[in-house]
Amino acid sequence: MTTPSLMVPPVRQSPLHKVGEWWDVRVDRYNAQPTYLKAIWAVLAMVFVYALPLLRLPIITTNQIDFGGVMFDCATFALVALGLNIVIGYAGLLDLGYIGFYATGAYVTGVLTSYHWQWPYFLSLPLAIIVTMITGVILGAPTLRVRGDYLAIVTLGFGEIIQKIANNVSWLGASAGIKNIAHPPSFGKQPNPPFEQGGAFAIPHLQWNGLVPSLDTTHETHVLVFGALDAIPYYWLILTVLILVIIGDRLVKASRVGRAWEATREDEDAAELMGVNTFKYKLMAFALGAAIGGLSGSLYASGQGGYINPQAFMLIYSMLYVAAVIVGGSGNRWGAILGGVIVAYLPDRFRQLGDYRYFIFGLALMVLSIWRPQGLLPPRRARRARAAEAQIDALEEGDVEVTDV
Amino acid sequence: MDLGALFGSYDNFLSFTIGGLVFGAIYALVALGYTMVYGVLQLINFAHSEVFMFGTFAVAWVFVALHGTSSAQWSLGRSIPILLVALVAAMCLSAVVALLLERIAYRPLIKKNAPKLIALISAIGASFALSEGMGLRDKFAQWFGLDHKLANYVSPGKARDVYSNPVSILPHHLFSIGGYSVTDVDLTIIVAAVLMMVVLDQLVLRTRFGRGIRAVAQDPESAALMGVNSTRVVQLTFLLGGLMAGAAATLYMVKIGTTKQDAGFTLGVKAFTAAVMGGIGNLRGALLGGLLLGVMESWGAAVFGDQWRDVTAFVLLVLILLVRPSGILGEALGKARA
Repeated sequence: MTTPSLMVPPVRQSPLHKVGEWWDVRVDRYNAQPTYLKAIWAVLAMVFVYALPLLRLPIITTNQIDFGGVMFDCATFALVALGLNIVIGYAGLLDLGYIGFYATGAYVTGVLTSYHWQWPYFLSLPLAIIVTMITGVILGAPTLRVRGDYLAIVTLGFGEIIQKIANNVSWLGASAGIKNIAHPPSFGKQPNPPFEQGGAFAIPHLQWNGLVPSLDTTHETHVLVFGALDAIPYYWLILTVLILVIIGDRLVKASRVGRAWEATREDEDAAELMGVNTFKYKLMAFALGAAIGGLSGSLYASGQGGYINPQAFMLIYSMLYVAAVIVGGSGNRWGAILGGVIVAYLPDRFRQLGDYRYFIFGLALMVLSIWRPQGLLPPRRARRARAAEAQIDALEEGDVEVTDV
Repeated sequence: MDLGALFGSYDNFLSFTIGGLVFGAIYALVALGYTMVYGVLQLINFAHSEVFMFGTFAVAWVFVALHGTSSAQWSLGRSIPILLVALVAAMCLSAVVALLLERIAYRPLIKKNAPKLIALISAIGASFALSEGMGLRDKFAQWFGLDHKLANYVSPGKARDVYSNPVSILPHHLFSIGGYSVTDVDLTIIVAAVLMMVVLDQLVLRTRFGRGIRAVAQDPESAALMGVNSTRVVQLTFLLGGLMAGAAATLYMVKIGTTKQDAGFTLGVKAFTAAVMGGIGNLRGALLGGLLLGVMESWGAAVFGDQWRDVTAFVLLVLILLVRPSGILGEALGKARA
């Protein structure tokens, strides 16, 4: 993807630009604060996000399906989008078969903890990550030498092949899928349903009567029980993983590797001339993205239901992942996370629309991409470039005087 | 693996090959839409599969209108009049959908000179909206209180299920190659598809419009300086792609006979694969890629079992791209002989 096209200021400002500008101002204001204040804000935001399924705030809470489960899906999508953002946003490689890595991670966990062996969950997780990473290297090594646009179709094929293999190989459960996948171990007392909920203590949920909150003691989340009844502990687990991955993502992006990705994405030949081994870094991005895909797939497999089948890994989800990254703002981790949450959340929130919801979702994707081509939260780099371009244009037109540069 | 199933007898081999060629011809026609748009705009027209899907519904509706809902168990010769009407209807509907797609989903982005990736997302959104919109046709008709009047067209209450339509054309033995009986349906599909490809190829090579398309594909800015109206050229590209998809939809319905709102997806992915295999942006590459893909997946299904049909197709694609990274013919639309 080339950025020069990003620099052209749009002729007409769409309503979404206002939202983007509003957000940019917030980010700048946040960054201008002293570090201790930033830390306090971050902790508060984190506590809020952890507590979200317990608070059950009006309007955002889904009434038709379990809100904890929806939050779990949102966090899963956010994690997937974060991983795919490394491949698409940082390294500029269009991967249309990301679901293949997700499925690989899920199936490794399924096979190890239920279908053929009885491993505990946390033993299978590292193996799922390693296997998907190796899959990524095996797929990437020959195909990353192929030109960019062709990579899209090769990865698309990979996603389709993985789904067909899962559907056809009886060793992997074929079309019936794998059930009874191990959950993470519970802390505190072991649950013994239906009489003993287990856990160390219980947190009641809130319920809202209009705008008046009250405690709902009939619905409690038992800390920390990974059972079949409550999705919220799974949400907390995946949210914790998400935060860890965000920290890792920051470190990698700011490192030599992150700069090499940026250089490769902007101009591969120039990067190569500067001594960047572009192939190595592209492969690294691909493998790292794959590993995060495997991680999220594994977490998904051991989720509340503990059940996976090939229908969960249809190729169309790959498209949704790409849409999440690009609509959110390719290259900006917060944009990707926002995109993931939107793509997961909207169809569930508007479940009452019934059959209409994917039709409207498709229209929404079109409107979003036309109104805000750079994504909801574009990376700062693109913002700076646009501002500079606008300034140069203004200078060329003679609208402003050069005072000092 | 059962090599005997394919190579055991000459007849089997021929039957799988010809069966593959029939589907390959349809892939090739759909692949044209992908390859031309890619050649001109360098973007993956992801919603082209829905253009094809609308074509299949046009054929189904023409049969309902002209024959009724009961299955017409006709021979090809007897259905030719209806088929011709269906062909025209399918080509028109597909072309209209393709043009609308260009106008609504792509042109605003092209105008803004937006990144190619965002156009892909817009296309994915359009693809969702078109296929889901077709699945909701009974609901839309209900808005106007027409769902019972149009019951045969919109199948109220079950529009999302398989639309069993009355196109079922009985193939007739024409002649034999070895022990394999070639039917009129198979032969018509292959001949019609190849004929259309040749016409399109000549159109792009020899006419003034074609020269415009090639000029824009080669260098949009220079073409604009030379007085080529690039918006018009892009429109024309979508129009031609839509017409070909409509033709492909008619041939598909002659062979398969049923359609559904998601009928386009897999076929679209295959057709795009065919386009890439032959060298994206290359019209003759699309024909070659389509036919090759059709034959290879038919052979693959014979050897490994039918459930591995799609896997064979993609493994083949990866192998070809490894040997020839820009497809078999690997020549862009613009670089064709002037």
